[in-house]
Amino acid sequence: MKFFNSLAALAVLGATAVVHVASAATLDDVMKKGFIQCGVSQGLPGFSNPDEKGNWTGIDIDVCRAVAAAVFGDANQVKYTPLSAKVRFTALQSGEIDILSRNTTWTLTRDTSLGLNFAGVNYYDGQGFMVPKKLGVKSAKELDGAAVCTNLGTTTELNMSDYFAANKMKYTPVVFEKADEVVAAYDAGRCDVYTTDRSGLAAQRLKMKDPDAHTVLPETISKEPLGPVVRHGDDQWLDIVKWTLFAMVEAEEQGITSKNVDDKLKSDNPATKRLLGVEGDMGEKLGLSNKWIYNIVKQVGNYGESFDKHVGPNTPLKLTRGVNALWNKGGLMYPMPIR
Amino acid sequence: MNNPDPALFGSAPPKPSIWNDPFYRSLFFQFSAFVVVVLLGKYLFDNTTENMARQGIASGFGFMGSVSGFDVTSSLVEYNASSTYGQAFLVGLLNTLLVSAVSIFLATMIGFVIGIARLSSNWLIAKMATVYIEVLRNIPLLLQIFFWYFAVLRPLPSPRQSLDMFDIAFINNRGLYLPSPVFGDLAIWVLIALVVAIVAIVFLTRWAKRKQDETGETFPLFLTSVGLLIGLPLLALVVTGFPVHWEMPVLQGFNFRGGLTLIPEFVALTLALSTYTAAFIAEVVRAGIQAVPKGQTEAANALGLRSGVILRQVIIPQAMRVIIPPLTNQYLNLTKNSSLAAAIAYPDLVLIFAGTVLMQTGQAVEIIFITMAVYLLISLSIALFMNWYNKRMMLVER
Repeated sequence: MKFFNSLAALAVLGATAVVHVASAATLDDVMKKGFIQCGVSQGLPGFSNPDEKGNWTGIDIDVCRAVAAAVFGDANQVKYTPLSAKVRFTALQSGEIDILSRNTTWTLTRDTSLGLNFAGVNYYDGQGFMVPKKLGVKSAKELDGAAVCTNLGTTTELNMSDYFAANKMKYTPVVFEKADEVVAAYDAGRCDVYTTDRSGLAAQRLKMKDPDAHTVLPETISKEPLGPVVRHGDDQWLDIVKWTLFAMVEAEEQGITSKNVDDKLKSDNPATKRLLGVEGDMGEKLGLSNKWIYNIVKQVGNYGESFDKHVGPNTPLKLTRGVNALWNKGGLMYPMPIR
Repeated sequence: MNNPDPALFGSAPPKPSIWNDPFYRSLFFQFSAFVVVVLLGKYLFDNTTENMARQGIASGFGFMGSVSGFDVTSSLVEYNASSTYGQAFLVGLLNTLLVSAVSIFLATMIGFVIGIARLSSNWLIAKMATVYIEVLRNIPLLLQIFFWYFAVLRPLPSPRQSLDMFDIAFINNRGLYLPSPVFGDLAIWVLIALVVAIVAIVFLTRWAKRKQDETGETFPLFLTSVGLLIGLPLLALVVTGFPVHWEMPVLQGFNFRGGLTLIPEFVALTLALSTYTAAFIAEVVRAGIQAVPKGQTEAANALGLRSGVILRQVIIPQAMRVIIPPLTNQYLNLTKNSSLAAAIAYPDLVLIFAGTVLMQTGQAVEIIFITMAVYLLISLSIALFMNWYNKRMMLVER
C-alpha cells in the first residue's frame, strides 16, 4: 500500500509544514549567497539609473553599495532588480530582494500594514508640479481644471487629490504605470501638469524633448522622506541598513572622505578612531567587521560625496543640498551617535 | 441494471472483489485525486496566511469599505476621492466592460467586412484585405496600443486651439467633447416609443418570415425597421414638445467643461483592440465561408439569385456554424487583452484596482485574487452566451 503511505505523508505535510518565504536572518542568507539583492527603480537619473555601460549609479544605488561594503568589505557584491512602483513592496515582502532602495516615501501605512520597516531617510523630498513655460502659470493655485499626469501606485496620487480638494479646484488625473510613459504623454501634450517628487521632476525633465521649455512651480505640496526599506521581523538586518545610513552621514560630519580616509586611520581623534574601527568594536555589535565604516567610506564615500556625485549642483539634476544638508549646516541630516 | 437471467446462463458471473470492481475502483481514484487537490489548496492557503501573519502584513477584505482618497480620469458612475475602494473597483470594472463591449462590436463589424473582402473577386480589394490582416495580426498588441495612443495624441491641438465642429463638438488632445442630452420629465415617452419600436420590429420580422415561407413574397423589412426606429421616438418628441435640451461643452480655464467627454485613452484602446482583433476575426470569417461547399453557391446561382442575396441568405447562415466557436475565442481574447489598458492610463480594472488600490492597501493576495475571479467571470459569461447562440445556429438534423 505504497500509495496510501505517500498520500498520508502528503496530508501531514499539507497540514503542518510551512515554507518560510525568507528566513528571519537576512544577514546569514546574504552571507551564504555572497551578494545583496537590491530593489531599485526602472531608471531615475541621480537616484538609480543604469549608465552607458549598464552599471547602476545614483544615491539609492550607493545605499546598497554601502551595505555591501559593510557586510562583505566589497561594494560591488550587489545585484539589482529594477521594479515598478506597483510591484516594489510585493518583491520585498516575498523575499525576492533584501533591500528596497527605490526613492520610496516613508508613510505610516507602509511601515505597518505592509509588513515593512523603513531604515531611515537618504533624501528629504516634497511633491511639486511641473508645467510647460508657454502655459504662463506662476502658481499651483492657478491649476483649476488642469489635466495632471502622474505615476501609478505612489503617494503622489493621494497628495494631489488632497491638494486640489483643499484648494477647491477640479482636475483630471491621468495615471500611468511606468515613469517613461508619464513623461512621453506629458511631452505629447496630454496633460497640463506633471507631478511627482521635486527630485523626480528634476530627473525626468532630462528625458524630455526640450528640458528648458518646462518650469517647476514654487509650491511643495507634501513631505516625501525617501529611504531604504527592509522586511518586518529581522531586527539585525534593519540595524545594519539603518546604521550604514548613519555612518555615511557621520563620516561627512567628521570630514572623512573617500580621499582622506587612509590618512584619518592615523588620526588621534577618539571619535574618528571609533568610527574607522581603529578602536572599539562598533562593527561586531552589528555582526560585521570593525572596518565596516572604513570600507563604506573608502569604496562608496560619505553622504555628501554621494549627493554631489549623483544629484548635486554639478550634475544635470542641479539639486542643492537644501534640507538635505547636515544638521549643523541648517539641514535635517542628523546621524545618531556611533558609540 | 438488467443483469442476464441466471437461469439462462447456468450460474451468475462471480462478483468481483471491491478492489477489482471498476466502479469502486474509479470512485476510489477520483476521490483520492479530489483529496490531494483539496489538501494542496489548503497547504498553499495556510502557508500564505502563516507567512503573511508572521511578517505583519494586513489581510482580509475589510479594506473594500475604506475611503480610497484618489481620483480617476473618467467614470461611468459617481466617484470621487471620498468614495470607497469598493466603488473604485466598480469604476474599474465598468470601464473594462465598456471598452470590451464597444471593441467587440467594432471588431466584429470590421472583421466581417475584411474577411469577406479577402475573398472578393476584385484583385485590389482582396490584396488590401490580405495586407491588413497580415500587418495587424503580426505586430504585438501593446505596440499597436502605443501607436494609436501617440498617433491620436500628437497631431491634436491643445485645448485653447481646439478643432471646432460647428460649435457643437470640439476635438483636442484631451479628448472629444460632445454635447450631452439633459432629459426632462416627459422624455420617458421617447424611451417608451423606442421600446415599442423595437418590439414592433421583432414581431414584424417573424411575420415577414412566415409570409415569405408561405407565399414566397418578400417584405421590405430593413427600410420599415429603420423607419420605425427613427419615426416613433421622433413622433413622441414632437407630441411631448421636445422635453430634451443639450448641455454644451464650454471652454473654461484649461479645458472644456460640461457635456460628454471621450478621453483619448479610450479612443486609442478601442481602436487598437478592435483593429487588432478584427484581423483574426477576418480569418475566422474567411475560413467559415470557404467551409461552405462551392456547390451551394453554384446552386444558388442556378436559381437566379443575386450575389448579395447568395451571400446573406445562403453562404453566411451556413458559414456561421463554423465561425461562431473560434469567434468566441477572439471575444475572450479581446476582453482579456483590454487589461493592457494600464500602459496608456485608461482607468480599467487592472489600472485602478490591481494598480492603485493594490498599492495603497498593499493587499496583493486578495486584490489579485478578486481581479482574476472577475476576468474569469466575464470570460465565462461571454462563453456561455456564445454557446447558447451556437446552439441556436446549429444545423437542425433531421
